[in-house]
Amino acid sequence: MNRIYMDNAATTAISAEALNAMLPCFGQVFGNASSIHSTGRDARKKLEEARRTVAGLLGAKPNEIYFTSGGTESDNWAIKGAAFANRHKGNHIITSQIEHHAVLHTCQWLEKQGFEVTCLPVDEYGLVNPEDVEKAITDKTILISIMAANNEIGTVEPIAEIGKIAKEHKVLFHCDAVQAVGAIHVNVNDWNVDMLSLSAHKFHGPKGVGALYIRTGCKVEQFMHGGAQERGRRATTENLPGIVGLAAAMEKAVNGMEENAVRTMYLRDKLIDGLLKTIPHTRLNGHPMKRLPGNVNISVRFIEGEALLLRLDLAGIAGSSGSACTSGSLDPSHVLLAIGLPHEIAHGSLRLSLSDNNTEEEVDEVLKVLPEIVTSLRNMSPLYEQFLQEEK
Amino acid sequence: MYSEKVMDHFSNPRNVGEIENADGVGLVGNAKCGDIMKMYLKVEDGVIVDVKFKTFGCGAAIATSSMATEMVKGKTLKEALQLTNKAVAEALDGLPPVKMHCSLLAEEAIHAAVEDYMKNHPEAVI
Ligand SMILES: Cc1ncc(COP(=O)(O)O)c(C=O)c1O
Ligand code: FES
Repeated sequence: MNRIYMDNAATTAISAEALNAMLPCFGQVFGNASSIHSTGRDARKKLEEARRTVAGLLGAKPNEIYFTSGGTESDNWAIKGAAFANRHKGNHIITSQIEHHAVLHTCQWLEKQGFEVTCLPVDEYGLVNPEDVEKAITDKTILISIMAANNEIGTVEPIAEIGKIAKEHKVLFHCDAVQAVGAIHVNVNDWNVDMLSLSAHKFHGPKGVGALYIRTGCKVEQFMHGGAQERGRRATTENLPGIVGLAAAMEKAVNGMEENAVRTMYLRDKLIDGLLKTIPHTRLNGHPMKRLPGNVNISVRFIEGEALLLRLDLAGIAGSSGSACTSGSLDPSHVLLAIGLPHEIAHGSLRLSLSDNNTEEEVDEVLKVLPEIVTSLRNMSPLYEQFLQEEK
Repeated sequence: MYSEKVMDHFSNPRNVGEIENADGVGLVGNAKCGDIMKMYLKVEDGVIVDVKFKTFGCGAAIATSSMATEMVKGKTLKEALQLTNKAVAEALDGLPPVKMHCSLLAEEAIHAAVEDYMKNHPEAVI
């Protein structure tokens, strides 16, 4: 069976470019970038080349790029680091209800350390209102952290507007751009961000490597104490294969973005329109327009997401869901609740996330298979039975 | 994460559907994740001669409903009341710990259907 992978918001397949760039680092270029000898210098050369590439693609300077172990570390470092380094100025942090747990749980931990956190609500599409951000700023506010694009519902936030507000009020602004890099235009100056998180495995790079952009002059505590790597701000011998893979993947993703986005958006819209048309009692979650090119998120009423995912998997299709039954914590996704979905509708949520690897044939196959699976699950749903009786 | 037996009962659930004019119906909800299960019984001489279910829930919930119906079919009401979620889970070669509560739903649905039968048939003795 040909497998159809539509879970690219969770992770992506590594690109040939990234893999080929990495391979020498598992062989000849094995050195420690901090070593004086030529083996070390070869590694250093690759490391700094990667840093220049990443910086160039973000509109940043190379010495503003710090490599990390992924999006989670970048978020943790940015938020905790900025909070503690600026504590003398205040203890108030502003974020939103739909952030990734890497941001939300970090903020919740900071609350226990005496910081105050305002978690802004979003509208029905998942949009943060920049006016709400401005209104929430007090003389104690030291940090704003808002994501560029949401990983579940794909909503793209008004980051440039929020960045402008943060700058006017002289408050540090961190942006989790993990889902945005390679998918939409990202530029640290256009957005006025002071810190920005990204993660390689979301744009066809390797897992376990990411980067944090820290604007020159932005005060952030050191996250890992130890050696003098990353200009003394993040100790540990650099993960050279990962970093080189990140840079190669990012170069390909960002340079090919516009072309890919057109194609991916066409597939996305075909999938959304097809599903909403062929499956009654379905709704689109997230913004119809301000949306990541590859994100499809629908709620199918009267059925539960995990059962839907398992049935799709049996048909060779990989997706994901924000259903309570898939969450481990048995609560539906905080993002779906934040956009106002009642529990039972959050229950039947399905996310299909596309990348440039997906084809129109795959979309057609999903449009053929999914309605049949929904019908079969609805036929065994007591909620559907009840709904049909009430309709009569 | 699921055993082969769970996947079998999930992908080919036994006894899905409704029984018209059922002798006992049990409808229970899962407080934990908000899922719902409905059981229908047909009873003759204290024996469950037919049972059907409908479930709004995860893979484990569907598989445990299916297994539970198989386990009580042809059994007496008394035997059905002794059905435990543990037994259902064991019959499925186990469930992941986070999914044990789903099997509770199956046990409760069967018990609720039997109790409903008893209410409709006060003369019946088990
Ligand atoms: C928006 C967002 N932030 C952070 C992360 C965490 O990234 P990583 O898996 O690299 O730690 C993810 C990935 O799941 C994400 O989608
Ligand atoms: S029914 Fe919700 S987790 Fe099983």
